[in-house]
Amino acid sequence: MNQETTPSADRQAPSVRDLKARLPQHPSVKSTVALMIPCYIDVFYPEVGVATLELLEKLRVDVVYPFDQTCCGQPMANSGCYQEAHATEELFVKNFADFDCIVTPSGSCTHHVRDKFTAAPDSAARRKVSASVYDLVEFLHDILQVTEFPWARFEHKVALHNSCSAIRGIGLASMSERVHDPVFSKPKNLLERVPGVQFCDFERPDECCGFGGSFSVTEEAVAAKMGYDKVEFMHNSGAEYIVSSDMSCLMHMQGCTKRLGMDLKVLHIAQILNGASQ
Amino acid sequence: MNIRDVILESVRKHQPPPRKLPEVSLFHSLQEVDRKALFTASLRELAGEVVAEAPADFAEFLRTRFPAAKTICSAVPEYAGNSKPDDFTEWEAAGEIDVTIVRSPLGIAETGSVLLSEEEFRVNTIGFLAHDIVILLDPADIVENLHDAYTHPHFQNKAYSLLMSGPSGSADIGGVSVHPAQGVMTLTVIFWPRSIQH
Amino acid sequence: MSVVDQAKAAEEFMEDQTHEQHLDKLLWMLRVRRDEAARRVPEWEQLRDLASEIKEHTLSNLAHYLEMFESRAKANGVIVHWAQDAHEHNEIVYKILSDRGVDMLAKSKSMLTEECETTRFLENRGIRVAETDLGERIQQLDDQPPSHIVGPSWHKTPQDVAAVFARAYGSDKENADPAYLAGVMRANTRPIIVEAKAGMTGANFAVAETGAIVTVTNEGNADLVANVPKLRICSVGLEKIVPKTEHLAVFIRLLTRSATGYSITQYTSHFRAPRQGGEMHVILVDNGRSSRLGMEKFWPSLKCIRCAACMNTCPVYRRSGGLSYGSTYMGPIGIILMPTFDARRYSELPFSSTLNGSCTNVCPVKINIHEQIYAWREVMEEKGQIQLAKKVAMIAAGEVLSNPKLYRIAAASADPSLSILPRFAIYNRLNAWGKHREIPQPGKETFHDWYRKNRSQAGSKESQQ
Repeated sequence: MNQETTPSADRQAPSVRDLKARLPQHPSVKSTVALMIPCYIDVFYPEVGVATLELLEKLRVDVVYPFDQTCCGQPMANSGCYQEAHATEELFVKNFADFDCIVTPSGSCTHHVRDKFTAAPDSAARRKVSASVYDLVEFLHDILQVTEFPWARFEHKVALHNSCSAIRGIGLASMSERVHDPVFSKPKNLLERVPGVQFCDFERPDECCGFGGSFSVTEEAVAAKMGYDKVEFMHNSGAEYIVSSDMSCLMHMQGCTKRLGMDLKVLHIAQILNGASQ
Repeated sequence: MNIRDVILESVRKHQPPPRKLPEVSLFHSLQEVDRKALFTASLRELAGEVVAEAPADFAEFLRTRFPAAKTICSAVPEYAGNSKPDDFTEWEAAGEIDVTIVRSPLGIAETGSVLLSEEEFRVNTIGFLAHDIVILLDPADIVENLHDAYTHPHFQNKAYSLLMSGPSGSADIGGVSVHPAQGVMTLTVIFWPRSIQH
Repeated sequence: MSVVDQAKAAEEFMEDQTHEQHLDKLLWMLRVRRDEAARRVPEWEQLRDLASEIKEHTLSNLAHYLEMFESRAKANGVIVHWAQDAHEHNEIVYKILSDRGVDMLAKSKSMLTEECETTRFLENRGIRVAETDLGERIQQLDDQPPSHIVGPSWHKTPQDVAAVFARAYGSDKENADPAYLAGVMRANTRPIIVEAKAGMTGANFAVAETGAIVTVTNEGNADLVANVPKLRICSVGLEKIVPKTEHLAVFIRLLTRSATGYSITQYTSHFRAPRQGGEMHVILVDNGRSSRLGMEKFWPSLKCIRCAACMNTCPVYRRSGGLSYGSTYMGPIGIILMPTFDARRYSELPFSSTLNGSCTNVCPVKINIHEQIYAWREVMEEKGQIQLAKKVAMIAAGEVLSNPKLYRIAAASADPSLSILPRFAIYNRLNAWGKHREIPQPGKETFHDWYRKNRSQAGSKESQQ
């Protein structure tokens, strides 16, 4: 069998058309989704989970939160520890297999479940889960096609950070490496619908922030330097807030800004779209 | 089994399933390309110089451009010089040359490169042991890009074919490109159609 | 040999701040130049596709093309040798030189000869070897290996180079002008090339159709060492083969633009036959390449054309310096190649990455580098090469995360050391996260708790456990 060698940047996201065809057609209830809240948001940033849920409810989405969920398995799988990821991924499949649409406020978890979900044994259920997961931004932008957030206003200068998983993993925005691709950014498109948001351009906009999962501790010095460089570029642009659809990057960058004593705060995009004013 | 066969057998055993060879087009620009202008701009980016017309008095041109030059090795009928490539029976002796003059049969607009081989050099080292080099190039011999260039028969039948693109240089120190390196210090191309004799 | 601790070496490189800043700035500039160059070629992505397909076709028919290359080269008067491994390669080189009484070899840059440690082998047997490539020469004089495959001494500031040349050549220690230093090199290297009785180069490409080998340099030193001495040796890795001359256009258009942003190097040289009155030897070298060809996930690494665009874009490489990898090939491509040479020594390299994927997207031959880095992590687990402390932490994490009730207890605990994430901070260094960053604090309650209190009547999927 021929080896698939196409880099993931070239792969298509699951077809938006396919998903819409499977969902109920009622105009006020656009879909039934299972909400997946990443483990680090559950523990460290529950307000982001709350904002995500409230936002979906405001958009009249019927949201179910499978209570026995834990984690997508990425911390173990990314460390090479596939055997240790096995049971966690199986639990994930068990919790989410009954849903046609799973939404999570995390590009990296989405990328993991969609493209790297191989520690759990292959099955129809596992494949269905991989094909059914969406990052919150993708869901709002491509499926619900939200055009306004009337409850939201954010009068601040924003440095928008798109994570490497978001850009090169699931295609939420164009990447600087592919110079001939049309420039686009789904997170930016959503934020542009929120009155008051001012975008600050900063240097090296899509260079990795240095989190990289367990890399952030196994190669701590380099991770910190990458983070420091990143927040310095953003700070120099005049931004007041770093906004991202990935809380893991924000957690790392917040750790850097606080240590540097920088007056640069972080917010997840869900919080702004849900109406946070600061 | 000898080493060659051991290696080839290992390769055969491990080769992935066969994949097709793609067709490669010539990638010509859809717009009209001014090859002389593009060649000039490309070569200047690589620190080469372009003289747009054959100088009326070539000897004077050389004296002005290379005032300290004593040994001028000419491989072209357009100019006599005071030495010829065949004078350098020991190839390393070409280090005595101040200026080499040679004609190139092909220029590449995309990169500002010129094609040279043992046919043009006769003694290859005159191309890089010399201090400076002057290359005559008929503008009609400038092709658009590398795809065109590689159709030239030199690549099929010469022992040594060189695409020379500007004077030798190096960016090995701090990433800054500088031009004293192992080969020529300056490279000048003169647009000189073949038929004009001086 | 012990396991390379790239993270620790990177930390040491960053200590004086000067060198890391210098390298990061230099290489990011090259990345920006690469982007500019790609923008000027409208068919850039098509060329990448073609380059990848040509290489994949060739590698899947490699035996056929190797035989073709050999037969054409021989018909041209080239002497062709085959070497299974580094040692055989070195022995062949030594025999060629010693049979002809050569005691000094002028060498142009070749990563393959670095891989084979040819210089040390020859010097141990009384043959002097002089690097003629400026960057390689600087490293040779400073007794260091190259730190980058295109710019071997880019980790050094011009001041560092001035110090090396002052020691070796007696030049002015205070003069760090690159043009001055390059002039010092020129003056010292010309006599070596003229004196040498043999020249050695690598090859960027080997054309099967014509039996020609191709070198790509800025300095012209490959042309000098191949044309001045009458004896010339060329070391070629098996994977360098391309089918036809016309294919060179695709690679040459991509190579330098990817490496430094220039459209081409100063010397693109094609050697099909020995120089007049001379002798030309080509050594085709395996050294693990044929085995790598059979690795389902990793054989595409053989497409590499050694442009180092992956290193220039890699944010980890730019902060760490190339010497931190302790290997012949460094940065992203090094991470996926080196474990094939020594899985134990390089078992940690696959973790010197954030898997950001920039490398994959600048690679001119579309190697899926970051995906192979990820795949190597799993291989390291299978080979039992994961550090024990990390393994223990991951087992613990896996046990908690696969058990909903146990997870909720751990997550809700106010003590950060019991919750999931800081756990893998413990296996490397205590509070590693906290060394340069503030540690995140757990929320007042978990999302689970908030949900149970605020929403659990309305249509939730109740806990089964």
